[in-house]
Amino acid sequence: MIFEDIKKSLDQQFPDLVLVAGEDPFHFITIALNKWSRLARFLHNNKDLKFDSLHCITGIDNGPENCLEVRYNLFSMTHRHWLEVRIELDRTDPRLPSVEQIWRTADWLERETYDMYGIIFEGHRDLRRILLEDDWEGWPLRKDYITPEFYREMPVPKDKI
Amino acid sequence: MTITWLIEWVNDSWLGFLGLPGAFILAVIIAGLAIFGLVAVHAIVAVYVERKVAAFMQDRIGPMGQGPGLHAGKWGLLQTVADALKLLVKEDIIPAAADRKLFVLAPFILFLGAFIAFVALPFSESLVLADFNVGLFYILAVSSFGVIGLILAGWASNNKWSLYGAMRSAAQIISYEIPAAISLIAVILLVGSLNMQAITSAQSGTVWGILPNWFVFQNPFTFMAFFIYFIAGIAETNRTPFDIPEAESELVAGFHTEYSGMRWAFFFLSEYANMFIVCGVAVVVFLGGWQSPIPGLMTGRIWGLFWFMGKVVFLVLIMMWIRWTFPRLRVDQLMNVSWKVLLPLAFFNLFGAGIWSLWLD
Amino acid sequence: MGVNKTEEMVLNIGPQHPSTHGVLRLKVQTDGEIVTSVTPVIGYLHRCFEKHCENITYQQVIPFVDRCDYIASMNNDFGYVLAVEKLLGIEVPEKVEYIRVIMAEMNRIASHLLALGTFGLDVGAFTPFLYMFRDRERILDLFELTCGARLLYNYMWVGGLSHDIPVGFVEKTYEFLDYFEPQIDEYNNILTFNKIFIERTADVGILPVDVAINFGVTGPNLRGSGLRWDLRKDETYSIYDRFDFNVPVGQGIKGSVGDSWDRYWVRVEEMRECVKIIRQALDMMPRDGDVKAAVPKRIRPPQGAIYSRSETPRGELGFYILSDGKPKPFRLKMRSPAFTALSVLSEISQGWMISDVLAILGSLDIVLGEIDR
Repeated sequence: MIFEDIKKSLDQQFPDLVLVAGEDPFHFITIALNKWSRLARFLHNNKDLKFDSLHCITGIDNGPENCLEVRYNLFSMTHRHWLEVRIELDRTDPRLPSVEQIWRTADWLERETYDMYGIIFEGHRDLRRILLEDDWEGWPLRKDYITPEFYREMPVPKDKI
Repeated sequence: MTITWLIEWVNDSWLGFLGLPGAFILAVIIAGLAIFGLVAVHAIVAVYVERKVAAFMQDRIGPMGQGPGLHAGKWGLLQTVADALKLLVKEDIIPAAADRKLFVLAPFILFLGAFIAFVALPFSESLVLADFNVGLFYILAVSSFGVIGLILAGWASNNKWSLYGAMRSAAQIISYEIPAAISLIAVILLVGSLNMQAITSAQSGTVWGILPNWFVFQNPFTFMAFFIYFIAGIAETNRTPFDIPEAESELVAGFHTEYSGMRWAFFFLSEYANMFIVCGVAVVVFLGGWQSPIPGLMTGRIWGLFWFMGKVVFLVLIMMWIRWTFPRLRVDQLMNVSWKVLLPLAFFNLFGAGIWSLWLD
Repeated sequence: MGVNKTEEMVLNIGPQHPSTHGVLRLKVQTDGEIVTSVTPVIGYLHRCFEKHCENITYQQVIPFVDRCDYIASMNNDFGYVLAVEKLLGIEVPEKVEYIRVIMAEMNRIASHLLALGTFGLDVGAFTPFLYMFRDRERILDLFELTCGARLLYNYMWVGGLSHDIPVGFVEKTYEFLDYFEPQIDEYNNILTFNKIFIERTADVGILPVDVAINFGVTGPNLRGSGLRWDLRKDETYSIYDRFDFNVPVGQGIKGSVGDSWDRYWVRVEEMRECVKIIRQALDMMPRDGDVKAAVPKRIRPPQGAIYSRSETPRGELGFYILSDGKPKPFRLKMRSPAFTALSVLSEISQGWMISDVLAILGSLDIVLGEIDR
């Protein structure tokens, strides 16, 4: 299914769901945060869409003044079409519903995004840090992250860039 | 050259003033040192050979030395000697959480089990330290004594890997003792004696005019019994494909994970001593012991020792060959092999051997 | 007398353990030998790859990509440069395409050899491991001949290659292929069809295809579950459409579809297909041409975001690159195939024995450098 058709069927199902649909250079849709849970289930279960594979979850920090963002790259192994879903989040309290129980691969991908950006995935059954230590402070991939001087009284080595 | 002979010899020499008890103690010490020397030399040579065999099988060259000094000698011949020296001077670590007494004791118990079994092995016509009338039974009994050492080692280390290794090896050794013993009974039935020399003597002459009259060739049931015993023997020595107690890719090093230095060396020593015992028993019971493969050719005391050692080394080499060829079994599959395959076969064999001996009469 | 009670024991496999393929910790709940749950704990090799990438130029990222999956660096480079080239919209010369495919497929063989060998090691077979390393060495020699490095190549650049192939490379590669093909039969003799090996792996750790897709498992692991899905065929990139090769899938020859043996078998068969591809590529490759003709002087992609994926020996490697028009990526996310493959471990290894968990782990063929990044 091409992007226009996907968008059409989404519009039918969820009116005023898609905030922005564009090309960058790939097609994407930006949606409102509160619709994501229902939309995810729809994308996964609908026979014509059938996005059975969640490929990638990318957290993005658009800079200290801007929002955080989460981008989902969905792929359908059955119909071989792509969809990129973008959700913008409030920087002070980034929360969005988890899709871990729809695509199990999201379990670790969401944990990684949480680990790096501090984005809370509500409904995730095991939201812990994954790559960093449990007692690490701060969210390293945020643009305003400052590397701590010490970790457990060990000096943190500094890279000169 | 039995222990009795040794006692008399000490008593008759200028040491006669020691009296019989003194002579006995001295004789036992001499015999013990001889066995220990044999075990140690065997382990050093066998480790070297094993490394070389493994290397050649794997397209490598194995340990190599480049010259004199502290190098490993020509073709790495001194490699294991150097290793042994290193182990002797290595720091001896006892984990803080370990049960110290048992931890120290365990390797020696394990080694003892293998060590005292050597007493009953007939190395040649006249070279057997103790010519018991229950020799075979004695060897079987004391060689399963070592498993206590394994369990102690696993428990005393206070390490989960060691515990797993110990539990596995206890289960394994106890399971494999049974088919091994029953396959040996088939031969005992035919010989009518447990004496090692008697079993050896029962294999003189030829069968069908060409083959030596060894039990492995004598009849189909003893032929089968040899393989059952040998497989069970490999399992008893914890070698691949039955090396689950120390399975390095699963249990790190199994029961000896926490051991280092000389204590670890004793585990190693007893593994190789056990190999020698298992192969020695197989040789005595099935392969004619110290008898020459061509009856009448090259016989005598020294040749007897040569044939015995030659056959043992041959079986040890087969064990190495197997080790470097096969993957490892899983613990439940291992039990299956023992209880569902080897044991019924061994019983069938025993039955067959019984019928055979009746028929011969 | 108190009541005897048994309880479950937590076993920490790793981070220092002979068969964790890197620095991985598995928290294993065991009931005797039976495993009731497995929790992988990762991050021991975390080197802040994604954070680094935000501070270096696109070209400088390549050595970092090398170090992610250090077993198959060529394939990782390939995936990354494809993504950047797509973002920039550059076409690379014919010859570069061919050399890239040859290198990627050779590295695929090398990576599979390592995967199969260590899998053998995990089930206790030592000798096949060294046989495979012996042959892997030959591939590394060829790489060394080409770019001087044996493990981390930094060979594929955006728009081209760091070096042209050296004189004699083509002949040596043909020679290697002639030598290597019969070797696969030798591996089959010593390991694949060994009775004990089949006992240990067939029907162990079955991964059904729907679970595999839901968990995002890709590559040989997914094909082992019986789905004929290979990006080289199904979403052709570079010049893979010009070659004639098959996509082997698990058929449950020795057990059920999707067991550890199938995952192993798919890799063995894939090596044959790689040989086929390399032969064709060597035959068809234009012999002259400048491999640096299309290398841009400055890499400044236009604003935009791109998700590009390619097939590495471990599965589908994805790069999400967000560019803000500056010479450094604004955000670079690597979707690592081994990461998702490891996440399925806890799902498929419940109820098996400790030995099986390690066999399943070996059959998933993970590289911790790529998981932790």
